[in-house]
Amino acid sequence: MTIVNFTPVSALIGGALIGLAATAMWWLLGRIAGVSGILGNAIGARGIDLMWRVAFIAGLLSAGAIATIAFPESVHFTMDVGYAGAVIAGLLVGIGTSLSGGCTSGHGVCGVSRLSTRSLIATGTFMASGFLTVYVARHLL
Amino acid sequence: MRRVLAAFIGGGLFGAGLIISQMSNPAKVIGFLDLSGQWDPSLAFVMAGAVAVFALGYRFALRRSSPLFDKNFVMPEKVNVDKTLISGSLLFGLGWGLAGLCPGPAIVSSSFGDSRVWMFIVAMLAGMGLIRLIQHRNNG
Repeated sequence: MTIVNFTPVSALIGGALIGLAATAMWWLLGRIAGVSGILGNAIGARGIDLMWRVAFIAGLLSAGAIATIAFPESVHFTMDVGYAGAVIAGLLVGIGTSLSGGCTSGHGVCGVSRLSTRSLIATGTFMASGFLTVYVARHLL
Repeated sequence: MRRVLAAFIGGGLFGAGLIISQMSNPAKVIGFLDLSGQWDPSLAFVMAGAVAVFALGYRFALRRSSPLFDKNFVMPEKVNVDKTLISGSLLFGLGWGLAGLCPGPAIVSSSFGDSRVWMFIVAMLAGMGLIRLIQHRNNG
């Protein structure tokens, strides 16, 4: 195996920022910064519970918009699937994260940091599933 | 109101972290998940950086009896490992590996203008709604 495209410094800095954002959400609001939960549980939420969820999502969207406008050279985006693939993948991600109660942020970052057994097992499982999926989709099919 | 502002800033910081680490680029994620031949370990470093900061921040915050802007820390309720956790994680990994997108990066990169990401998000919301509907019916 050869190592390619490795960007350890930006990965660590970006990762630390994600950890800082999760700390802010926990310290200020007492909430776990799991994107699938914040988004999914906005369905049917009301009042302040709906508002902070929408505000968090708006923050994510704003980061993308600001980067696109102010730092276009920092934005890299390459996606290999078409519309059908995007829809199937989106459905699987929505169903899967709702059943397991978290995604890469809620289980992978926050749950692993808390040493939650559920999150450690979920993270190991979706990582293994992701590795296997990419192997089958890119090298066997 | 300060809770809403804090959540907006939290989301903004989170999004900036995803963009700087390039996790908002599906090809970068696939580069990590593709173990055969050429490998990009960056995603592991993103996780390591985030976990290192939050592991400290989480415990430091819990020295207080409550968060700054609200009454209680909302701990995840479930603690048991069951079939739903495993099957959900397997399905999530399948979708993640197919497109290279998970919920956070999908929302951030929807600002980049590729309409496939919008379709991904609509389908993801449909999946989230579907499971909640089924769970609501089973409980009610």
